[in-house]
Amino acid sequence: MKINNLSTTRWVGLGLLLVVLVVLVLLPTITEGYLPVLVTDILKFVILTVAWVLFAAPTGYMSLATGAFYGLGFYIAAVFNGPVPFPIVIIIAGIAGFVVALLVGALTLRLRAAYFCIFTFALVLLISNVVLEVERLVTQTRGRFVETETVEAAYYAMLIIAVLTLVVAWLIRRSRHGLALQSIGEHEEAAAHSGINVTRTKVLVFAVSSVFMGMAGAIIATRRAYIDPGIAFSMNNTFLPVLMAMFGGMGNLLGPVIGAAIFTYIGELLLTRFPDLYMLIFGVVLILAILFMPNGILGLGQQIWAKLRGGRRAPA
Amino acid sequence: MTVLRDIIITGLLLGGIYALVSVGLSLQYGVARVLNISHGEFIMVGAFITYVLFTSSANIHPLISLVIAGLFTFIIGWALHSTLFRRLMDTSPSMEIFEGKSMLASFGLYYVVQNIARIIWGSENRGFVFLNRTVTGAQIPLNRLVALAVVIVIAVAFYLFLSRTRMGKAIRASTQDRTTAGLMGVNIHHVLAICFALGLGLAGIAGSLISTILAIQTSMGLSYVVIAMIVVVLGGLGSITGAMIGGLILGLVSALVTYFQPSMTMIAYYVIFIILLLVRPKGIMGR
Repeated sequence: MKINNLSTTRWVGLGLLLVVLVVLVLLPTITEGYLPVLVTDILKFVILTVAWVLFAAPTGYMSLATGAFYGLGFYIAAVFNGPVPFPIVIIIAGIAGFVVALLVGALTLRLRAAYFCIFTFALVLLISNVVLEVERLVTQTRGRFVETETVEAAYYAMLIIAVLTLVVAWLIRRSRHGLALQSIGEHEEAAAHSGINVTRTKVLVFAVSSVFMGMAGAIIATRRAYIDPGIAFSMNNTFLPVLMAMFGGMGNLLGPVIGAAIFTYIGELLLTRFPDLYMLIFGVVLILAILFMPNGILGLGQQIWAKLRGGRRAPA
Repeated sequence: MTVLRDIIITGLLLGGIYALVSVGLSLQYGVARVLNISHGEFIMVGAFITYVLFTSSANIHPLISLVIAGLFTFIIGWALHSTLFRRLMDTSPSMEIFEGKSMLASFGLYYVVQNIARIIWGSENRGFVFLNRTVTGAQIPLNRLVALAVVIVIAVAFYLFLSRTRMGKAIRASTQDRTTAGLMGVNIHHVLAICFALGLGLAGIAGSLISTILAIQTSMGLSYVVIAMIVVVLGGLGSITGAMIGGLILGLVSALVTYFQPSMTMIAYYVIFIILLLVRPKGIMGR
C-alpha cells in the first residue's frame, strides 16, 4: 500500500482514464473495419479476466468455469436473439450465468478449495455435453444459427459491459463484501469466527462475477452466424483469462486489463499464422510469470520504479 | 449374459486405465500438492511415443515402448519437480499459496507440452493395428485383454512397492504428515520429486496402453484429466487405494452407460460427482 497517496497523481490517473474512455467511445466513428473488431475482442478478454480476478484474487479460489459461463451466453444469444431485443438478450445471459454459478457455488463452495477447483474444471465439458445431448434429442441438430448484430452494436455493448464490470469490481473491492472476501482468503476460519457468513459471501460474489462472463459470451455470439458446443465451450476461454491475470498482476484492477490487452493483441498477430506457436509462447510466459513475476508485470514495474526512486518506499 | 460379460470386461479395462491415471494424479496432489492439469498431456506423450516407435522402421513392440514411455515421462516428472515445483515451494509462504501457484504452473505446462506435440504431430487422429483379432467365444479383441492384464500387473506391482519397500513407506508417511515424516529422517524433497515423477510415469504407461486400443490425437489428454480428477475426489483426495477403486467404478459405469447411450457418459460421471459432493464429499476412502 502506498502511504503518501498524492492527490495530483490521482487526478492525472482519472484524467487519463477519461481520455481512454472518450477515445474508446469515439473509435467506431473515427475508423472502420478491423480496429473495432480487435478492440471488441480485447474488451471481451478484459471482461473475462477482471470478472475472474474479482473472485479469485481476494479468496484464492481458482474458478476454472469461465468458459462454461461464457459458452452459456453463446447459447442464450442463439435461442433468444432476434425475437427478443439485443439488450434484453444480454441481460438474460447475465441472469443465466448468475443462476448457474449460484447452483455451482452452493454445491461446492462450502467444501475445500480443491473441490471447487475440480468441479468447475469439469463444468465446461459437462455443460457442452448436456447441450449436445439436448440438441440431439430435441432439435436433432448439432449447431444453431445466431441472429447477427452489426460490428458497432457488438462493440458498444461490449464497451458498456466492460465498464460495468470494472465499476462493479471496483465497488465490490471497496465494500464490506470485498473486505470480507479478503479476510476469507487470508484465513477462512478466522473470518467465520468474526461473524462473516463465509459461504454466502463466496457464493454471491462468484455468482456476480459469472454474470459478466455470460454477458460477454452473448455479445460475441452475435458476431458469429453459426455456433455449436465445440465453438461455444472451449477450454481456452477458461485458461486464457487466468494467464492474462497472472501476467498482468492481480494486485489491482489495472493489472488484469493490461494483461488482457497485451495478450489479445499478441494473439491477433500470431494466432492466424502460427496458432500452435502462440499457445506455446503462452505456456512459457505463464510459467516464467509465476516463477519470476509473482505480482505480474505491473508489480514488476512498480518494483523497478521504486528502485529507481532510491528504494525509500517498500514495493507495494 | 455375453452382453453383461463384455460390459464387465470392457469396464474393468477402462477402469484399470482410469485407475492408473488417477493413482498418478492422486500421488501428485495427495503427496506433492500439485493439482496437475497437465497430467493428461503426458498420457498423450506416452501414447505418441508408442505410436511413433511402432510405426517407425524399428517397429518396436508396444509392450516394450510401454517401459520406454513410462521411463521417459518419469524422468520429465523428476526434472520438472526438482526445478519448477521445488522452486515454487521454496518461494511460497504457505501450502495454500503453493497449491494455487503450482496449479497455475501446470496450466503453463499444459500449453507447452500440448503445443510442442501439435507442432510435431499435428492434430489429426492416429492409430495402429495391434493384436486386433478376437479370442474364441468372446467379442473382446485380444489387444484389450492384453492391456487389461498389463494394468493388473502394474497395479499389483505398484501396490507392493507402496506397501513393502522403504520408499513406499516414506511415501505413505509423507501423505499423512509431511513435516513429521521429514523429522523422522525422510528426505522430503526426494520423496516429493519421486511421487510427482511416478505420477507422470503412470500417465505415460496409461497413454501407451491407450494407444494400443484406441485412436489417439494430440488433444486427447484433457478429457482423461477431467475423469481422473473426478476419480480422485470419488476415492478421497490423496488416497491411493481410493483412486484405484474409484477408477474401477467409473470405468464400469462408463462401459454400462456407453452400451446404452455413448454420449451420456460424461453426464453420468457428473451425476455421480454431484451426488458424491452432496452426500459424502470426503470420498470412499477419505478420512
